[in-house]
Amino acid sequence: MKTAVHFEKVSRHFGDVKAVDSVDLTIGEGEFFAMLGPSGSGKTTCLRLIAGFDQPTFGDVSIFGESTNGIPPYRRNVNTVFQDYALFPHLSVADNVAYGLMIRKVAKQERRRVADEALEQVQLAGYGARKPSQLSGGQRQRVALARALVNKPRVLLLDEPLGALDLKLREEMQEELKNLQRTLGITFVFVTHDQGEALSMADRVAVFNEGRIMQVGTPQDVYHRPNSEFVANFVGSSNVLPSELVNELTGKSVPASLRPEAVKIVDEGGFEAEIVDISFLGAATRLSLKIDGMRLHALVDGTKAALEFRQKVRVDWDAEDLHLMYDNNG
Amino acid sequence: MRSDKTLRSPLPLKIAAGAGLLFMHVPILLIFIYAFTTEDKTYQWPPPGYTLKWLGVTWNRPDVWEALNLSVRVAAISTLVALVLGTLCAAAVSRTRFFGREAISLIVILPIALPGIITGIALRSAFNIAEIPFSFWTIVLGHATFCVVVVYNNALARFRRTSASLIEASMDLGANGFQTFRYVILPNIGTALLAGGMLAFALSFDEVIVTTFTAGQQATLPIWMLEELVRPRQRPVTNVVAMVVFIVTFLPILAAYYLTRGGDQVAGHGK
Repeated sequence: MKTAVHFEKVSRHFGDVKAVDSVDLTIGEGEFFAMLGPSGSGKTTCLRLIAGFDQPTFGDVSIFGESTNGIPPYRRNVNTVFQDYALFPHLSVADNVAYGLMIRKVAKQERRRVADEALEQVQLAGYGARKPSQLSGGQRQRVALARALVNKPRVLLLDEPLGALDLKLREEMQEELKNLQRTLGITFVFVTHDQGEALSMADRVAVFNEGRIMQVGTPQDVYHRPNSEFVANFVGSSNVLPSELVNELTGKSVPASLRPEAVKIVDEGGFEAEIVDISFLGAATRLSLKIDGMRLHALVDGTKAALEFRQKVRVDWDAEDLHLMYDNNG
Repeated sequence: MRSDKTLRSPLPLKIAAGAGLLFMHVPILLIFIYAFTTEDKTYQWPPPGYTLKWLGVTWNRPDVWEALNLSVRVAAISTLVALVLGTLCAAAVSRTRFFGREAISLIVILPIALPGIITGIALRSAFNIAEIPFSFWTIVLGHATFCVVVVYNNALARFRRTSASLIEASMDLGANGFQTFRYVILPNIGTALLAGGMLAFALSFDEVIVTTFTAGQQATLPIWMLEELVRPRQRPVTNVVAMVVFIVTFLPILAAYYLTRGGDQVAGHGK
């Protein structure tokens, strides 16, 4: 796989704040790559470094093997879908989409044709004459997408593009974005703080915390095999067992993660636990359990035997579900 | 609240409000009427007759044309200076954070709050110390101090309403700085600049105090009128000129008001 974007020991400092702290990262061509992390973790700054709105304090960002040092945004073959869409309010939807072509002095007729085509691609055919202010949030989002895509970028950057949409629309757009990426074959770099979004859409995920990348891997990797307490907690709120307990169980003194859905209610054996909270989620029931003063979350089948608050149960898990986090540093 | 509309204001308040408005605007009407009087010695009321002859007399007075010409040139150049400096300053203050930003904002606005006489005296002493002879340009400089403020205020308000990511979006789509200014920034702040520029022009056109301190032998139109009142030759000519000044300053202000009223709609759409 060819390398689309490469970070070589990249840092971006704002005064004393290390927004990005010595990040190494390689994104392959045609990949759907997600940068996941809480706000202020440096993921958006990394995106801005690729787009060229910001310059690294140290290190080098290269796009398709070429250093971007000193290259302004308008000479980079990447385009961005902004969080607030940043549609030009004084231009019609069609002129917004055709803006990049207008700048490149493409003939007016050709511009119109390509813009119409792009609008069709995002299911907004016939909306070209409207002003952005006359569109709904979801429609604006599609216009922003079309506006970026008509320039045929080699890398498309998306900065929390679904953040402002309601849940149903967001799920629809997730599917559409994925399909679009598959058809176009363009590298997508997607910034989000929503772990569900990152896991469901991306080929690979980088989990950011405090300016550093904690873990890079496939969604399955970061979900089932988190390398640190931070990743275990942030990606799907895993249980983290302290190293003392893990030592008793396995003889290895490292913390371990245990997915809530791996915790099972058993008739005998295992550990005795008390249900201290119980919430019904539809397909599953979420339990908060107390074992020896330790809290453990469990996700169990909602249709099974009735469970009650304060009920004493026995719980257990398969040894292989316990994931030891050797390089924990969070 | 809409229901406030049904609340009737008491009669005395209505009378007081009406009287206030009349007090402000009847004198202006009087000036207009006297521009057409047939009797120019004592300004007798009511005028014994009406004539259009003063329009012709005014038209043929070279000193009026000289003053008008100077005023228009001063106002035009001051407005131009204000447009450039005010826009740049507004862009800097709204787009970036730097040490002393608030202070600069205050200092830029100060000349409009400062009494004209202080601005005038200060500039006059400064020109004296620097040994700059009084000229057309010293008047322009004096006027630019307060013209910058109105442009700055208008542009700043518009910049603050314009999303910063628009500029990034434009760059992202391949536009360099100049193209971004031409296709994105200018269309978005255009009406604000037009409104600010018109206000600046009107302010400069009827300015007296700062001008008296910064002009040498030259007389702008308002200064000429002031001199005319002291030693009149053909008195109604002053009234005719007053009418012209009124129209020249009032129309731009009215236009500026209508242009900025909407706020959302932006002029300069398209290519």
